[in-house]
Amino acid sequence: MTKPADQPVLVLGASSDIARAVAVDLAKRGHPLMLAGRNTESLERDAADIALRHEVEVTVHHCDVLDTAGHGAFLDGLPTLPAGLICAVGLLGDQDENAAQVTLRDKVIASNFTGPVGLIEEAAARMHAAGAPGWIIGIGSVAGDRGRAKNYVYGAAKAGFAEYLSGMRQKYNGTKLHILTVKPGFVRTAMTEGMDLPGPLTSEPDQMARGILRALDKRRMVYYDLKWLLVMTIIKLVPEKIFARMKF
Amino acid sequence: MTASQTLYGWGRWPRRDCATDRLAALPEGAVAPAAPAAPSAIARGLGRSYGDASLNPDLTRKSDGCKRILSFDAETGDIVTEGGVGLHDLLDVFVPRGWFPPVTPGSKFVTVAGMVASDVHGKNHHISGSFGDHVHWLDLHCADGTVRRCSSQDHADLFRATIGGQGLTGHILAVAFRMIAIESAWVTQRTEVAADLDEAIAAFESNLDATYSVAWIDCLARGTSRGRSLVHIGEHATLEELKGEKRRKPFAIPTRRNLTMPMDAPGWALNPLSIRAFNELYYRKGAAATGQQLVDYDSYFYPLDAIREWNRLYGRNGFAQYQCALPLNTARDALDAQLTAISEAGLGSFLAVLKRFGAGAPDRLLSFPMEGYTLALDFPVSPRSLVLMDRLDEITVAARGRLYLAKDSRMTQATFEAGYGPAVDTFRALRKESGADQVFHSLLSRRLNL
Repeated sequence: MTKPADQPVLVLGASSDIARAVAVDLAKRGHPLMLAGRNTESLERDAADIALRHEVEVTVHHCDVLDTAGHGAFLDGLPTLPAGLICAVGLLGDQDENAAQVTLRDKVIASNFTGPVGLIEEAAARMHAAGAPGWIIGIGSVAGDRGRAKNYVYGAAKAGFAEYLSGMRQKYNGTKLHILTVKPGFVRTAMTEGMDLPGPLTSEPDQMARGILRALDKRRMVYYDLKWLLVMTIIKLVPEKIFARMKF
Repeated sequence: MTASQTLYGWGRWPRRDCATDRLAALPEGAVAPAAPAAPSAIARGLGRSYGDASLNPDLTRKSDGCKRILSFDAETGDIVTEGGVGLHDLLDVFVPRGWFPPVTPGSKFVTVAGMVASDVHGKNHHISGSFGDHVHWLDLHCADGTVRRCSSQDHADLFRATIGGQGLTGHILAVAFRMIAIESAWVTQRTEVAADLDEAIAAFESNLDATYSVAWIDCLARGTSRGRSLVHIGEHATLEELKGEKRRKPFAIPTRRNLTMPMDAPGWALNPLSIRAFNELYYRKGAAATGQQLVDYDSYFYPLDAIREWNRLYGRNGFAQYQCALPLNTARDALDAQLTAISEAGLGSFLAVLKRFGAGAPDRLLSFPMEGYTLALDFPVSPRSLVLMDRLDEITVAARGRLYLAKDSRMTQATFEAGYGPAVDTFRALRKESGADQVFHSLLSRRLNL
């Protein structure tokens, strides 16, 4: 095994609280980081903070995940091919507005599905071709496990994301590329700020990050918080006839 | 996104339902509303001000998203952080590298922006002044939505009003200040026993060259022992003062076991008898151990932080901290009168602290310290304690002293204006001129008509 210092990690959607928490834990292990996103001013602050605290090299790269045609060029323009990739790109929006307005709907689907999977596809091809051990973490959502009136635009896009990764996992099975799908439940982040979250089912971003890295270390394929695995198993078992009438 | 939450300060009184959101970390020059979709707003960090300074029902903006360290110069100790960075966080990162904040309050669970907004002081005030003395510049999210970099050169009026200004000039988004170099994470401490108030004052006056000094004072002792105190003197330990393992690893300190106050103490737990008994024991224990001791910085500066939620000790109704600053020439008699009033009322607290202040900073309009003495006491909130604190106010005002806004939840506008003098009107005028009076409010600003 090479040292963490020789295994740079690309963090997409690096301004998300979960991605940031995972990035910090990776920096603690000594991995250099490449933070990518649209708001590079804010990412520069994250980079300075992580580099100062953990004494690793952190660089910032502009990336618009919605620009699917530019994914290849973005990856080829990085200072080095990453050994690990975390994709935490996502957009929740407001369900009623998402459903009613076509531009919002398209944006939510592109931000959670077509954009991220496009980039992951391109990255996976390059990482596989390089032949070194590598890994990809995709942050999905339990909202993708069953469509609900409350958030189905977001949920369906996350479902597509998870299934896409599932397919890629089969494709790359037996190679040096490992793919981990993470399905967080409620996490106290900027995305859920202001929501009335049920305490026992809500975790903090750094708790989530620890779980994600444990799952990566054990080469798990899908990671749920244990409580959410239980909840979603039950929800998935409810017959559609009953589910359609449920309000939650 | 806006939520609603019942918020309160460290004294747990008053409590108010407040709309809340996250303060955005914006760079200098950015423009965004400072009170989005609300009539007014106030920023809130870790909620350690005791009273109503960080509460605004319209919108209380939390600094959770502004916790990044932006730069650090390992040659000079110059650091730039976002406002929401906690002092505990800075200590964890920088003590092992040999750096320490220039001024620290008695809790490490405060944010850098909060330290600026209250212009906090520490046990070294007589030497190093308050935190504002060490601030080079700050980024302020102003009433018109613009983020301005304020210093003693640029926007100087705003700079001086913001330090100590309780967040009422704008949201403090970033702060540049200088840390001090330390050789170890240890503090050498010795204790001088003062049998009465005069001896306590004499002990402070004879230790003006010591870096850190503070006294625990027995506020219930009567007669000839009124004002008896344990005066603790401290210095950062040098490498030479350490031996063996400590010398080899000067920044390794034992991890403290933290306890959490599991519930609200019942109302009867704190009474004159229990406090008197505690004070007697504490005084005797302190008087018996006056030699030089080596104490880790965490235990020395933040003894109460070891008991998480110690504020629940004062029961469900919460408590008020009374902290006044008294000028040097009136301090002795005023302290004597206040201790008499407290002792007569039988309402002592065991967290009574006396400290010598060095020169204040009159150009920083609402900065609290002034050359003289400061006394800090906790009282559970009750009709009797409120009456007592009104009496203490009279003594403070008559002595031309003032109360600390970061601790206060109850003083009247008249007491405030008497304490801070013409600076209050200057502050009001600056708020009006900058539009801050239309955008930044807290329960404190409304109570004191700021």
